[in-house]
Amino acid sequence: MPAPRLWKSKVALARMAFVAAVFVLLELLCRLGVIDRVTMIPPSEMIAALFDILRSGRFNADIAFTCYNTLCAIALAICIGFFLGAGLHALPRLRRMLDPLLSAYYAVPTFVFYPLLIVVFGVGRTALIVIGAMFGIVAMIVNTVLGLDRVPPAVDRTGRILRLGALRQLVLVRLPAAAPHLVSGIKLAVAYSVIGIVAGEFILATSGIGKRVAFAYDNFDNRTMYGLLLLLLIAVMLINGCLSAWEKQLHRRFGQQ
Amino acid sequence: MKAARFDYLFLAAAILALWQLCHWAAGPDVISSPAATLERAAQMLASRAFWVHAQSTGSAFALALVIAISGGLALGLWLGLVRFAGDVADPILGSLYSIPKITLYPLILLMFGLGIAAKVAFGVIHGVFPIAIFTMNAVRNVAPVYRRTARVLGLTPATTALTVMAPAALPEIVAGIRVGAALTLLGTLIGELFASTSGLGFALMRAMDIHAVTDILALTFILFAFAACLNAGLRLIERRIRHGS
Repeated sequence: MPAPRLWKSKVALARMAFVAAVFVLLELLCRLGVIDRVTMIPPSEMIAALFDILRSGRFNADIAFTCYNTLCAIALAICIGFFLGAGLHALPRLRRMLDPLLSAYYAVPTFVFYPLLIVVFGVGRTALIVIGAMFGIVAMIVNTVLGLDRVPPAVDRTGRILRLGALRQLVLVRLPAAAPHLVSGIKLAVAYSVIGIVAGEFILATSGIGKRVAFAYDNFDNRTMYGLLLLLLIAVMLINGCLSAWEKQLHRRFGQQ
Repeated sequence: MKAARFDYLFLAAAILALWQLCHWAAGPDVISSPAATLERAAQMLASRAFWVHAQSTGSAFALALVIAISGGLALGLWLGLVRFAGDVADPILGSLYSIPKITLYPLILLMFGLGIAAKVAFGVIHGVFPIAIFTMNAVRNVAPVYRRTARVLGLTPATTALTVMAPAALPEIVAGIRVGAALTLLGTLIGELFASTSGLGFALMRAMDIHAVTDILALTFILFAFAACLNAGLRLIERRIRHGS
């Protein structure tokens, strides 16, 4: 086994080299015309377009709209999902029955219900937030149940010896003990909520990044489209990277489980 | 066993009751009643048009699944066996898995045009990463003694992968395929929603455009039932392998 420090820096270096190579390759393919401009603009131009968008501020309202909706949806999905997951964990019989339904949930694009939500809430942020939360919540439920499974019995018993009530036992003892898995749930809930909201914006919305992307696509405005796509992807990857780092740290603290 | 059957009956009744309550509360413009939806679903299953769409979706899904599984397995096995490559790729795979691939639909459309290629591509980019990640972790978690034995026996890397690592990691890999199959179906349907002129996703999109509530619910119901059966089947295989080994 090589020295872990050296190994780590070597891995990081190789990873950066790999990502850079992919970028350079794409750039070359675009510049040489192997990939034509109608399909894809060179990555360097995407970055320039992204800077233009951020500097001009012409999409600030849309970006804020999508960010706000996504945050609301994620918060709803995480909070409600956690308590539903805890409830399901307490009822093993119901859990066994619902299991096939929960694991099949993500095979079907739930956002097809978005038009129905528009009837209830109108075209606006509420329908988007609800569809985002609906898409994210099941990931949170499933991971909460998995996380509570892994809570060591000794931790649970200690809480009971201290005579904590059911709610305090859940929030003060089991939630922190299940934390690494809950963060995995949060990670997935974020990813799915974003899918739900962006899909909703593609289908019908008054503003938002998804709406602008669809609009730019319809108008062959590739610069704007790729700039916005890049913005969206970078934002999601950043959030995901932070959550992954947190997850790793929690796993270390609670031992390899 | 009898108690379990009773439980399922009870669950189905509870879901139907909840559905009916939602229908009464929100009205027929939002949620059609369970009776009307199931009747519509039965009508669809008896019609020719449905099966034309179902066949289009089915062939795209099957093709996407084959590509996602073979690609994911190859990538995952390699990354699991070669520690350095695995360490390098791990976070990259993680972020590729988590990016909302629906945002890539304009790119896929521009690359593949409207049609089966775009649907398949959408299915593959959804399914291939979870399968690769599960396979990689499965291979990495194989007890080191197996690998050492393979080395002692002087097996080539290819033989090691095929005869030692693959069987040992199989239950986890099947779990990955189960997750990947669900996401491949999701991807294929998303592809059909946004980038196609046939298939069940296209039928859904058309129903959404004309706000045919009963059609949307009936189609979703059929798709969900199919996904649940697929998932249950793969889970059965997974359990059998786990107990067999």
